[in-house]
Amino acid sequence: MTTIDEQAEIDAQWTTRMRKSLVAKLPPEKLLPDRQPAYMSSWIYVFGALTMAALSVVILTGIVLSLEGPAWWHLSSFGHFVNSLHLWSVELFFFFMIIHLWGKFFMAAWRGKRALTWATGVITFIAAIGAGLTGYLSQTNFDSQWISTEAKDGINAIGVGAFFNVLNFGQMLTWHILVLPIAVAAITLLHLLLVRSKGIVPPIALEADGPLDGGEGGAA
Amino acid sequence: MAPTKHYNPDRDVPAWKGGTRPYDLAKEVTLAFVVVAILTVGLAVLFGSPDDKAVTIRSWSNADQVGFAQTAITELDGTSASATYGPPYNNTPDVAQKIGPISLQQAAGIHIPVHPAQDFVLTPLSTAKGNPQQARWTAAYEKAAAKARVVDGKLNVPLGAYGPVGVMIANLTQMASSGALDAAMINGAGFYSTDYTKSLLFVADGTYYEDQAAKQHLLGEQWGMMNETGSYPGQPWLWLYTLWYQIPPFNGDNVWGANADAIVWVLMMGLTLVLMLLPFIPGLRSIPRWTRVYKLIWRDHYRSQA
Repeated sequence: MTTIDEQAEIDAQWTTRMRKSLVAKLPPEKLLPDRQPAYMSSWIYVFGALTMAALSVVILTGIVLSLEGPAWWHLSSFGHFVNSLHLWSVELFFFFMIIHLWGKFFMAAWRGKRALTWATGVITFIAAIGAGLTGYLSQTNFDSQWISTEAKDGINAIGVGAFFNVLNFGQMLTWHILVLPIAVAAITLLHLLLVRSKGIVPPIALEADGPLDGGEGGAA
Repeated sequence: MAPTKHYNPDRDVPAWKGGTRPYDLAKEVTLAFVVVAILTVGLAVLFGSPDDKAVTIRSWSNADQVGFAQTAITELDGTSASATYGPPYNNTPDVAQKIGPISLQQAAGIHIPVHPAQDFVLTPLSTAKGNPQQARWTAAYEKAAAKARVVDGKLNVPLGAYGPVGVMIANLTQMASSGALDAAMINGAGFYSTDYTKSLLFVADGTYYEDQAAKQHLLGEQWGMMNETGSYPGQPWLWLYTLWYQIPPFNGDNVWGANADAIVWVLMMGLTLVLMLLPFIPGLRSIPRWTRVYKLIWRDHYRSQA
């Protein structure tokens, strides 16, 4: 039995308060809703899910490549095929993400206190560009050589090249397979949780005749 | 609760009072994954991926011996692109790029020291096991080269029993052709190496490397690093970054062109910040309302409103 004193202690716990705040922000029916507002009816809505799906394929094929190390795919035809899967999933990822970005721009999807959702999307895009570049530098072939010697001038010119050396293969590989994937995955997760907690943005309304949406989302 | 501030259609949105409909999010995500997986496999089977062999000092010197020797002498006399690069590799006055009066490149200092005469020519030669005469020449040359200068565009080395410089360069070329120079260049780190900074800088000083890139439409004025070898898509998302290098004033022979890298980077960081803060920038955040593309996206909704 929980005594009154214990209950007071439990209510004051950081753990309890964290749980209550998280559940209040993102109750299960908001995290995984079974209904969506009626205005969500356009093909453009699919591109967020497609971007996520492509990211999953990128990560899965990247894991297979990392099992055997960076030079494996030059020597094994299966390795080369996995490299092709990795390349094309990356191309699809960026293609879907850029359409998603333009879609959200034309929806002005930042309205109703959703600016942080927009900003995390932009940060994911930037982190993904870094992951893409370091990926090209980790290929250990002519593309890696040429892209590194081209990229060095821009990065050196702003003083960053002294610390982020694109000619250092080992450094680029660790950024590509550890630092940047964690960044992309973590910000994407935050982006998704924000989308779920705020709900998808209602259509643009030139005038308001009632209370405003404060990021509660259109879902009932 | 309705806020007290004035309603702004580019920032605010009325609470949704319309209906909802059943929607299976998990099914959508699963289907998306299956579709993308099939697309990826299809593209990979159809097109594969490019894998052009890396240029080695050996392949370069075998394919273009004259070009190699011409590059090697510029490493020795300190006139090559690498030798005169400035920070972060070495100290060359007035070459670091500037953004107005500020040079971040200079501020970062010489963090990755590269001294081409020593690193690309003298040290590798000292590891070569030639005949005794050659060994005496290289030893004498190393001593004398410490006081070498360039006079009227020609290398001027104080007299010594080192034989002609041509012999050295010939030896270096021979070393390069055998592959020994590739190994000597990365041996600085010991048995294992993951850092190819010096080899890449040396290879990039030669015209052979650039010719290979030109054949693959990879030069800076060909939209450079955005492309990859063959007819593969490369990194098209870098188009805006690469665009600046193709247009005036950044591609000109002027102060903008000389500092293009630094200015383009600052410009791109500024534009990225603008994109990130777009929801707060009046005018820019109204573009969606003005262009009316949203009428198309939510046409079902607006039709039902009418």
